[in-house]
Amino acid sequence: MEVKTAKKEKIIKQAPTTVSGAEAVIKCLLEEGIDTIYGYPGGAIMPVYDELYKYQDKIHHVLTRHEQGATHAAQGYARVSGKVGVCIATSGPGATNLVTGIADAQIDSTPIVCITGQVGSHLLGSDAFQETDIVGISTPVTKWNYQVTKAEEIPEVLAKAFYIARSGRPGPVLIDITKDAQFASLEFNYKKCTGIRSYKPFPKVNLSEIERAAELINSAKKPMIVFGQGVILGGAEALLQHVVEKAGVPSAWTILGLSAMATDHPLNVGMVGMHGNYGPNVLTNECDVLIAIGMRFDDRVTGNLEHYAKQAKVIHFEIDPAEIDKNVKAEVAVLGDVKETLQLLLGFLKSKNHDTWHQKFKDLYKIEYDKIINNELNGKEGKLGMAEVIDEINTSSKGDAIIVSDVGQHQMVACRYAKFNKTRSNVTSGGLGTMGFALPAAIGAKMGMPERQVVAIIGDGGYQMTIQELGTIFQTKVPVKIVVLNNGFLGMVRQWQQMFFDKRYASTELINPDFVAIAKGYFIKAKKVTERSELQAAIKEMMDSPEAYFLEVKVEQEENVFPMIPTGASVSDIRLE
Amino acid sequence: MEKKNYTVSIYTENNIGLLSRIAAIFLKRHINIESITASKSEVNEVMRFIIVVEVTEEQVKKIAGQIEKQIEVIRAYYHTDEELIFQETALYKVNSAEFVEDLTIQDFIKETNARIVTVTPKFFVIEKTGKRHEIDNLYDKLKPYGLMQFVRSGKIAVSKNEMPISSILEDFNTININS
Repeated sequence: MEVKTAKKEKIIKQAPTTVSGAEAVIKCLLEEGIDTIYGYPGGAIMPVYDELYKYQDKIHHVLTRHEQGATHAAQGYARVSGKVGVCIATSGPGATNLVTGIADAQIDSTPIVCITGQVGSHLLGSDAFQETDIVGISTPVTKWNYQVTKAEEIPEVLAKAFYIARSGRPGPVLIDITKDAQFASLEFNYKKCTGIRSYKPFPKVNLSEIERAAELINSAKKPMIVFGQGVILGGAEALLQHVVEKAGVPSAWTILGLSAMATDHPLNVGMVGMHGNYGPNVLTNECDVLIAIGMRFDDRVTGNLEHYAKQAKVIHFEIDPAEIDKNVKAEVAVLGDVKETLQLLLGFLKSKNHDTWHQKFKDLYKIEYDKIINNELNGKEGKLGMAEVIDEINTSSKGDAIIVSDVGQHQMVACRYAKFNKTRSNVTSGGLGTMGFALPAAIGAKMGMPERQVVAIIGDGGYQMTIQELGTIFQTKVPVKIVVLNNGFLGMVRQWQQMFFDKRYASTELINPDFVAIAKGYFIKAKKVTERSELQAAIKEMMDSPEAYFLEVKVEQEENVFPMIPTGASVSDIRLE
Repeated sequence: MEKKNYTVSIYTENNIGLLSRIAAIFLKRHINIESITASKSEVNEVMRFIIVVEVTEEQVKKIAGQIEKQIEVIRAYYHTDEELIFQETALYKVNSAEFVEDLTIQDFIKETNARIVTVTPKFFVIEKTGKRHEIDNLYDKLKPYGLMQFVRSGKIAVSKNEMPISSILEDFNTININS
């Protein structure tokens, strides 16, 4: 018996490491610690799927119902877990269907690796069946992409792909592998990538810039912080809180910065931007020092740049040198990972409080509360409002849920009203504004954080862009909670038509199907709420459900989201009605 | 801000698709590329692109930043004409009959320091290296004689100041070893 075991061990040790390119792909994923991937099979990627069949006890492949769903699921997974999301598709239409998700991941700095099959290398350029130049197509929307035509390139290229996707400012990477490279064999030897000549993911921190930043903050009378997703990507949430508390600075967030700091923190003054809170938008144009941390001054944040924080000295903490002075000129630019730079900054900061200045935010909040928030939360008559639904979810989740929102009015309402105690809890399509993002992203989010409650908030328009992913939910039994806020309109576009196009509602009214019947068709528990009196019980039932649950809430048809900075206006010209 | 000619010098790894990645950065911003060349550089296995664009300094600075952000780009610089030594090269194919019969053509060639590259019974090929206006000047002179073909290279340029690519590459190596 002993002899046999020894012999067996010897065989294992001597076993050739020669594998096919397809098997090498799987082995690379395992080396990178990947256990869940999203994808859709097809001709040119079949060798990899054949290996997935063999490795199904090690890698969970989630069959989405469309490749776009695979990218968004990978994004959702990455956004909540901080790990690299992986998706896989075949050549041609399989690959082109990934593009929206890749573009979304690029603009929202989400680390994903997309692997696509490609026709055999001898067929490249012949307009072969399902041949498309996905490397060419994806170039402007990837952090890096590469076409593999030889099996022996696979380990090194995939190691680079993961390194590039996750390091520095994260982003999507696409690796296209020809079918012959998947079939051919190679000696498998994996070395994790630790650096690439010509790529500097973490710029050198310049201590004198940090000292200059600290001096400005220490001497500021009316400082204000705006933090973005960089804080989350850098894992610097605790540091941010120390900085905020020590310097006593009122702090606002961009949509992707949401949840980096608890929403009920006394110094959290709300969201900046087009539908952000009144106080931080107005006071952006009154503060004397604006401290931007891990954010990129998107136009939806700044409004008209000619009238954005002109009176303020801007300090920009940023990892990506190309973001410095791109939209807003920085008086002090602190390059580096915020985890490193905020730590250093902390050492130079004086303990301060700015109560009088902070009071201004509170006063403006009171105005916003009286004019908007109170009505939206405490509506007593008429149809249900979106904010009431979010508020009811808050009551049930106590701020512990991951909220995945789609794009449009419901997204703005969700981000304005959702409460968060934990970081990486707000998953939404920020930069690209991809309708259809939320349902598949919620699947990935739940798989990335299985122990947490995941609630997708979706409009009736966006829901129907990726509604087929109900099939994925049914098949995998992933217990996500889905709330569709149904107003029968493409609400945000309708709001603009009302405000800026004399109510000409061109193609924004939706005649919708029976959403409950559709969910039930996928054997997902489902309910519809039309009355205020039913809401609380329905949300509770949904949140308590151990399985996936679909809840449709009929909301007011022509509700508008306010406050609002009209396009081209200054942040301080934000409208309350 | 005033638009003028900026020459962007980009040192890169030698990889397929990088040209398209760099070109996409101009395309995304709706900026026309006036001229482009790609060649090997003074450093082994490092490519050098030279791209000329007419933009403001603010634009070219942002473009260089976006280019440098690409994984396989080692460094991107931008320069004004005053900061460079630069040349272009052009080839002119002219009909031999005209050339032989009209002595004034031969005078142009001498005057402009152009060079005859090839002579055949049917055509001559003349080469001129110099500034854009010099090449255009010779073009205008040869045009009436039946210019059979004309082609001009993109701008090639070296900077007056140093572009220390080798030491930048060494920096990358030390960073990668330390991390």
